[in-house]
Amino acid sequence: MSKALLYDSTLCIGCKQCEQACATQNKLDYNDAVAGEEYQSAHKLTCILSRGDKFMRRLCMNCQEPSCASVCPVGALKKTALGPVTYDPSKCMGCRYCMVACPFSVPKYEWGKLIPKVQKCVMCPDRVAQGKATACAEICPTGATKFGERDELIAEAQKRLHDNPGNYVSHIYGLEEVGGTSVLLLSAVPFETFGYRTDISKDPLPMLTYRVLSHIPDFVPLGGMALGGLWWITHRREEVALAEGRQTSSEKKNGGKR
Amino acid sequence: MGRGTIFRLTFWKLVFLFLMAAGLYATFLRFTQGLGASTHLSDQFPWGIWISFDVLCGVMLAAGGFTLTATVHILNIKRMHSIIRPTILTAFLGYVLVCVALMYDLGKPYNIWHPLIMRNPHSVMFEVAYCVMLYTTVLALEFSPIVLERFNLQRPLKIVKKILIPLVICGVILSTLHQSSLGTLYLIMPEKLHPFWYSPLLPVFFFLSAIAVGLAMTIFESSMSAKHFGLQLELPVLEELGRVLVVVLGVYGILRLEDLWNRGALKLAFHPGYETSLFWLEISLAIILPLILLSQPRVRSSPKGLYFSAVLVVLGFITNRMNVSITGFEGSTGVRYFPKWSELAVTGMIIGAGFALFGLAVKYLPIFPKEELAHETASEPAEIVPVTAGVLEHAGD
Repeated sequence: MSKALLYDSTLCIGCKQCEQACATQNKLDYNDAVAGEEYQSAHKLTCILSRGDKFMRRLCMNCQEPSCASVCPVGALKKTALGPVTYDPSKCMGCRYCMVACPFSVPKYEWGKLIPKVQKCVMCPDRVAQGKATACAEICPTGATKFGERDELIAEAQKRLHDNPGNYVSHIYGLEEVGGTSVLLLSAVPFETFGYRTDISKDPLPMLTYRVLSHIPDFVPLGGMALGGLWWITHRREEVALAEGRQTSSEKKNGGKR
Repeated sequence: MGRGTIFRLTFWKLVFLFLMAAGLYATFLRFTQGLGASTHLSDQFPWGIWISFDVLCGVMLAAGGFTLTATVHILNIKRMHSIIRPTILTAFLGYVLVCVALMYDLGKPYNIWHPLIMRNPHSVMFEVAYCVMLYTTVLALEFSPIVLERFNLQRPLKIVKKILIPLVICGVILSTLHQSSLGTLYLIMPEKLHPFWYSPLLPVFFFLSAIAVGLAMTIFESSMSAKHFGLQLELPVLEELGRVLVVVLGVYGILRLEDLWNRGALKLAFHPGYETSLFWLEISLAIILPLILLSQPRVRSSPKGLYFSAVLVVLGFITNRMNVSITGFEGSTGVRYFPKWSELAVTGMIIGAGFALFGLAVKYLPIFPKEELAHETASEPAEIVPVTAGVLEHAGD
């Protein structure tokens, strides 16, 4: 029941209407200068990259198991059941762990502002909740960006790869990367051309830290008991030494050793 | 007390004033212009020196607190008692300053209390936030007897002394958790951190190195205090610390080597390059040189040798933390980060404040035993015994 976006670079004509619709949706300024920037930033949440006549889109991948939501100490970032990874600026304290942790380095920061926010594509959660497509998918004139059920989009992507193997690199980016993402990409040229890493883990990254964190509930009582036990032994030893009338000043001098 | 001392004092005062002035101006910039104008941080490099040095190194340098309280109160090794107060003071100051630095680094510092009510137990940062908060409280309580004694407040003093052992145990557990968790922070970025430093063992490495630095800082501090406050150097105690340090460094070194070998990163260490140079700088300063030095009894029994080795260990692990948090990311992000002057100024101010507060505390609070402060000239180490015995009289802090 999770929604997703499928971007097919072979259908993209580089008109950048998705960029503009995204800016409008997120109340950000959009002009020729912004249109010329080929990178995501706090004021540009998606961008169309071009290499010759080939295009590629960048936006938040809205991972199935997002690192950003897992690392956020205050839960400002959240994966919703519908697919979008949302952000609540009123919770955020600005630690920027999400930016460091994101395997795609997507979250951006409003460095110039005194009260800064993290900015990233949040997959139009309000529109999606109303059953509408995201702003970028709605405006796309060629269907290069398509909104729908994730399962159906995967089937669609597989069909396109199968029907026209010559047109594509045989890879659905986002199907398995970091455990799957809500944005799926098809490309005519290798994904590395546009800076997408293909050597990325197939397993969700949050497990890497949670494996360690999940030991804490065991560690606290066990550690407490071990330390308490140690304390009891060392002090009992001292009491026994005192009771047996051994020379205590030399005992103190040598501490707990032997 | 010749002319040299007076000149030295004024010189350091000048340095201090300069640090404060620069730091205050940088503070003004930070809180009126924002992070962008006052730092070299960027979307590619969101964590800079305030995290790397002020937080990661700050917490590490304050590790003496839990190492020594565990040694004295849990392992009951009482002859270490004479150096416990300055160590707790350092730890307490260290953590307070870490919290101050966080206020600069957080984009919205007024939301620093949010983890109290907005919980995400899956987040390492959440755990670190809680541990640091609780441990700073523990340290404040462990430090409180010194203040209570000064103002002769017997009732609260009694209460604190009663809960001392549970406090120490809490302190050790909290420290173990967050010292290692600062390493766990980086576990989620296997693709971004350079293979020299990314390791599933990062939490173990951070914890072991915190113990090593805790020991080294205790040696460093005791030597410095002996020099500047004219105290008797507790040489046999420091010698013992030096011996433990060899063991900790040895274990750390072997684990590190084994880990590099297992992950196939060891062969990278022989390809010259930016990361390789900094890797070898770290390994030589933190492990190789101190191990060579401290494994010789001749070095361990000389105040200078101990001091020098301790400084090497501290510098080595500072390099390690900087490498993990800065050098290791420069490759994957494709940008070089060097702090802006204002970032350095804030860090400098915080370090300066640390030294000044330590000096003030020593002057006005019973940090060092009175007998020692009255001590005129350095004499035979044998004379330490009665002094130590005197310290034991007010045991329980």
